[in-house]
Amino acid sequence: MQSTQSLYCFSLRPLRLRELCVRYSVITGALVLMFFSFTAAAGVPVPDIPDAIKGEQCVEETGFMRRNHMKLLSHQRDDTVHLGIRTQKHSLKNCFTCHVVTGANNQPVTVKDPRHFCRECHDYAAVQIDCFQCHTSVPGGRKTTGARP
Amino acid sequence: MSNEQDNTQNKQRIDRYRRKLLGGSAALAGAAALGSGVFFTSIARAKPDAEPASSEVRWGFLIDTNKCVDNCDKCVTACNDEFNLTGFGRPETDAQWIRTVTLRDKKTGHTTRLPLMCQHCAYPPCVDVCPTGASFKRPDGIVLVDKHICIGCRYCMMACPYKARSFVHETIENQKEYGPRGKGTVESCTLCVHRVDKDRIPACAEACPEKAILFGNMNDAGSEIAQRMASEASTEIRGDLRLNLGVRYQGI
Ligand code: SF4
Ligand code: SF4
Repeated sequence: MQSTQSLYCFSLRPLRLRELCVRYSVITGALVLMFFSFTAAAGVPVPDIPDAIKGEQCVEETGFMRRNHMKLLSHQRDDTVHLGIRTQKHSLKNCFTCHVVTGANNQPVTVKDPRHFCRECHDYAAVQIDCFQCHTSVPGGRKTTGARP
Repeated sequence: MSNEQDNTQNKQRIDRYRRKLLGGSAALAGAAALGSGVFFTSIARAKPDAEPASSEVRWGFLIDTNKCVDNCDKCVTACNDEFNLTGFGRPETDAQWIRTVTLRDKKTGHTTRLPLMCQHCAYPPCVDVCPTGASFKRPDGIVLVDKHICIGCRYCMMACPYKARSFVHETIENQKEYGPRGKGTVESCTLCVHRVDKDRIPACAEACPEKAILFGNMNDAGSEIAQRMASEASTEIRGDLRLNLGVRYQGI
């Protein structure tokens, strides 16, 4: 029984829907990969991630932060707002304080500037950040340089 | 950062706080007169950053209206500066977390002046009506809006008997890092929760030159506020609503 089934897979009979899907997703994946490698070669700017000013390891391992920073931020946010837990480690403030980018007059740039730490990747991934509609995006909430001229 | 490091940092912070206290800095000169018993209690209560607010604490104000002088608005200015509450030339809708109110007795003509802000009700009507759960009361009695959840329906503004809340109508910029504010959400006095969590007193209480606004833990029998509440008469505004307010007044 097993062997007959596996034989069918390579037969010339019309493909079932599931098989079709699998095959097409593989082809699409390959095309997408080709497209990205092509565009990358053609010079789509890859995020230029600002180093931490302290020059230390991030609060968590880099790969983990790339995938999970938003979960850490939401968790910290609820703890801080509702319970008054004010540890800095996973705070939004810690992100842009450590990875501060300075512009004109040696002032930190706001999120309006594409060089801002959060924007480097968010622009690349086309993911909108809502945090800064309410939160300041610079350490100390100082007045800032705004967009790059 | 490890927990151990966190703890050491906290210890250092508390030590700094202690040194400042013993040094008798200007802001705390008043407290020094209370005698050492009082201030060691407050040091023991310094909340480490990692510790949640405790329901054993009830933060509040005792406001002596007799000390509040005419034409002074230092508490209001201090609040506006603290949170960068800038006006847009529309006094009807501009944010107002604290304001001065003048009451006049029609019979005698006697006027009383007082600062009015969110009363941090123990049974807050704003929380009762909020459809999203954005309005909430912290375990230590501070009533806040979680702006991540607020949908800007403004039911809470209608429910508040003290008109303590404001709606943000404009796009806001240059927020303070401890005071996020944004268009489409409701806000009100936070009892300077960012300061309170760091063992500092609210901006208005600090700014009042007459020391008319006394801040403290109403549940701590050793605190100045509790002692004064026990020994002197004070009352709630619209006490008939039985909301058990966190702000009490004297001289009204
Ligand atoms: S004074 Fe108004 S805003 Fe403050 S807790 Fe009471 S009902 Fe809510
Ligand atoms: S405006 Fe926001 S806080 Fe007020 S009742 Fe509506 S959702 Fe709740």
